[in-house]
Amino acid sequence: MDTPAFSKDVFYLTDEHEHAEGASTALGFWLYIMSDCLIFAMLFAAFGVLGGNYAAGPSPKDLFELPLVAVNTTMLLLSSITYGFAMLAMEKNSKGATQAWLAVTAVFGLCFLGIELSEFAHLIAEGATPQRSAFLSSFFTLVGTHGLHVTFGIVWILTMMVQVGRHGLIAANRRRLMCLSLFWHFLDVIWIGVFTFVYLLGVLR
Amino acid sequence: MSAPDHAEHGHGASHGTLKSYLTGFALSVVLTAIPFWLVMGHVLDSKLATSLTVMAFAAVQVVVHMVYFLHLDSKSENGWTMLALIFTLILVVIVLSGSLWVMYHLNANMMPGDMSQMP
Repeated sequence: MDTPAFSKDVFYLTDEHEHAEGASTALGFWLYIMSDCLIFAMLFAAFGVLGGNYAAGPSPKDLFELPLVAVNTTMLLLSSITYGFAMLAMEKNSKGATQAWLAVTAVFGLCFLGIELSEFAHLIAEGATPQRSAFLSSFFTLVGTHGLHVTFGIVWILTMMVQVGRHGLIAANRRRLMCLSLFWHFLDVIWIGVFTFVYLLGVLR
Repeated sequence: MSAPDHAEHGHGASHGTLKSYLTGFALSVVLTAIPFWLVMGHVLDSKLATSLTVMAFAAVQVVVHMVYFLHLDSKSENGWTMLALIFTLILVVIVLSGSLWVMYHLNANMMPGDMSQMP
């Protein structure tokens, strides 16, 4: 016997067994969303702890304009429902309608970003910069991180409009639109926390 | 409902219907409008009551979004999405309540007013 002794005892797979392409993408992306959720939990915790430390600077009552926040919330909510319409159009295999609803979603997203950036510019012009107090540092970090997510969401939406235009509603694009759907609706869920804890409860404080 | 039932797929995420999206949207509008109205209109006299009501509305709206927009159910991916969500929620609760609790007590114990009693 010239075969090594371990050959009959050791068993291992030389190749990964077959998975359909993208079969585990939905779960993997959901896990990413959950870890993103933890990032926001940390930022909410930081805001919860530091949100009252004004350092003799302006308080939420002096700074925030709730009507503007209400308009902003409406923009994000409308973009959520129009993304839903894009997914319904995708299921009906309607390429043009999918792209059109994606475009509408991107426009609402851009409106949201525009209002948020003008609010930030207004705050900074008044001297309420991130350096002013711990409250403002944690405010800009939390709301800015959400805004950054929305920015990348819009980049992704525009990318998918091009992808769908080039390759049509193929399986890979459907999978990507599904992930983007999770991402976009998740951002709206985070915004519920932002307008409740930062703006509404901030003004009440 | 006349639309084909997508829950039959067995695994993967379930999809919404026009009706479910519109239901979720209508509920979200109502659940957003009421907290803004409560705070902007100074409807309730007590700040504590307003805060608790606003937070309750937020919690309900998060659930509405999860169900109608994110199509979360216990069947997707054989229950793994739900399990991941529950685990995340437990972590979020620990982080938030722990941070607020510890830092509140730290603030309360570090008040300059207490300095006179220190040796």
